[in-house]
Amino acid sequence: MSQAVEAPVATETPVRPKKAPLSEGARAERRLGWLLCAPAVIVMVAVTAYPVIYAIYLSLRRYDLRFPSQSKFVGLANYGAVLSSTFWWKAFLTTLIITVVSVLIELVLGILLALLMHRTVFGKGAVRTALLIPYGIVTVAASFSWYYAWNSSTGYLAALLPTGSAPLTNKWESIFIIIGAEVWKTTPFMALLLLAGLALVPDELLNAARVDGATAWQRFARVMLPLMKPAILVALLFRTLDAFRIFDNIYVLTKGANDTRSVSILGYDNLFGALNLGIGSAVSVLIFLCVTIIAALFIKGFGTAAPGSDTDGRR
Amino acid sequence: MPAAVTTKQKSAWAIANVVAILYALFPVWWIVALSFKRTTDFTDRSFVPKAWTLDNYRTVFKTSEFTRALINSIGIALIATLLAVVLGTMAAYAVARLRFPGKSLLIGISLLIAMFPPISLVSPLFGIERSLHLFDTWPGLIIPYLTFSLPLAIYTLSAFFREIPWDLEKAAKIDGATPYQAFRQVIVPLAAPGVVTTAILVFIFCWNDFLFAISLTSTTNSRTVPAALAFFTGSSQFEDPTGSISAAAVVITVPIIVFVLFFQRRIVAGLTSGAVKG
Repeated sequence: MSQAVEAPVATETPVRPKKAPLSEGARAERRLGWLLCAPAVIVMVAVTAYPVIYAIYLSLRRYDLRFPSQSKFVGLANYGAVLSSTFWWKAFLTTLIITVVSVLIELVLGILLALLMHRTVFGKGAVRTALLIPYGIVTVAASFSWYYAWNSSTGYLAALLPTGSAPLTNKWESIFIIIGAEVWKTTPFMALLLLAGLALVPDELLNAARVDGATAWQRFARVMLPLMKPAILVALLFRTLDAFRIFDNIYVLTKGANDTRSVSILGYDNLFGALNLGIGSAVSVLIFLCVTIIAALFIKGFGTAAPGSDTDGRR
Repeated sequence: MPAAVTTKQKSAWAIANVVAILYALFPVWWIVALSFKRTTDFTDRSFVPKAWTLDNYRTVFKTSEFTRALINSIGIALIATLLAVVLGTMAAYAVARLRFPGKSLLIGISLLIAMFPPISLVSPLFGIERSLHLFDTWPGLIIPYLTFSLPLAIYTLSAFFREIPWDLEKAAKIDGATPYQAFRQVIVPLAAPGVVTTAILVFIFCWNDFLFAISLTSTTNSRTVPAALAFFTGSSQFEDPTGSISAAAVVITVPIIVFVLFFQRRIVAGLTSGAVKG
């Protein structure tokens, strides 16, 4: 997002871009650009702008659905209440741990699976089809599979543990199980996006590197990875943002018991459990701010390869 | 690959393949196994049912609530996917290829929406949709799904579009094609693999959604499968929801498998050969 709006014609002219005459082609290009983007922009703005503003507005009010008559503007008091409570910080830490650990595991596994799908000699179709299943399966359905697997009365995985252990009733074991469920479910998403990047690496380049004596690792690290950078960025960005908002898996596996609440579960509990729209919206806005910071770090870290920067978009 | 693939390499790949397939399938097998167990066997904790029964499936299909939810899910997800891919392709092409003022604004808006936690949109959307009579209707879910999948569609597609050999487009323009003709006749076929992949991502996203489905619906009019599934948990009509939940989970996985098998061919043909050779 660092680039300024481009001057439509030759940039070396000191004249203000708007006064410079547009060529016929440039004008057509502008029109087409606007035309192509308009439907998407209209839908996105129309469906989110008002609710977003409304959510921010709610976060500045005392608004408890059980006591609607006491609703009034309280400034930043809801934020103060949230940020000074241990619930928020515990949930924040839990979410952070789940996000970092699961996304790192997913990236490594995802690259391995993408390489496997890309390079394997036979059985390609079977591997791809199999991997698309965890990716496609409804999160809630998969969560129930893990829930019954680790449940001490029904589970085959719980049966492998020492007698009497109930992993879903302990904090760290539950978090381990949540991360496992998350990794299993979303690694194929990662792998699929990375495979798309891998498919764009020309065989000729790899063969040339091979002829030049590059080892398999060098071909991977020096040739494949740089060319895959846009795909890796998209995959990492979306997975990190998504993992930070983790909801379904925790909802099914523990319902947030034993300090396994994520920030989204905390927000949900305040919105629909305690019916406190003010506090719940403040939590939601805080989640949004966290996520903004994560995204900003990503885009800074990846520089011009970030989606949206068009410095290398055309030649 | 060159012809120098040895038997040893072959078997190494084969083992890796088997490991990957087992990784992907064992939790799925577990829920399948559970769904075929007799009620009395749920607590035997065995990975394979001792005796197989269809009772759980009979129970789950007895209620029209579940079958209606299945139809809702398929219809809503397909319509939202179609719309998102069409609008996303148009926007992504513009982002990747065209010069026009306001591009960074589009990127900014998409990023904001991709990042915005759905949970904080749930309560305002609930109020808005009720006043617009969209609550508990198909459009009531299609609209938020479309909105939230557009950023995914735009980013994935524009990442693809950046890597396409654009010289072909230039060549088309030199041959006298307008920007639109270059888009329609040169770029669209080249972009097809990316579009197919994107369609899969978006469909899965819509099919998967739990939070909106549970918050913006109230009846079988529009309640989708994940929401219906969650309702089995607390329902008193099933003494033990384990069997119903596992059977329902297996049933809603079947359309996904069909979808995956149907599009898998396109993905293999598209992504592996690359746009240039197509």
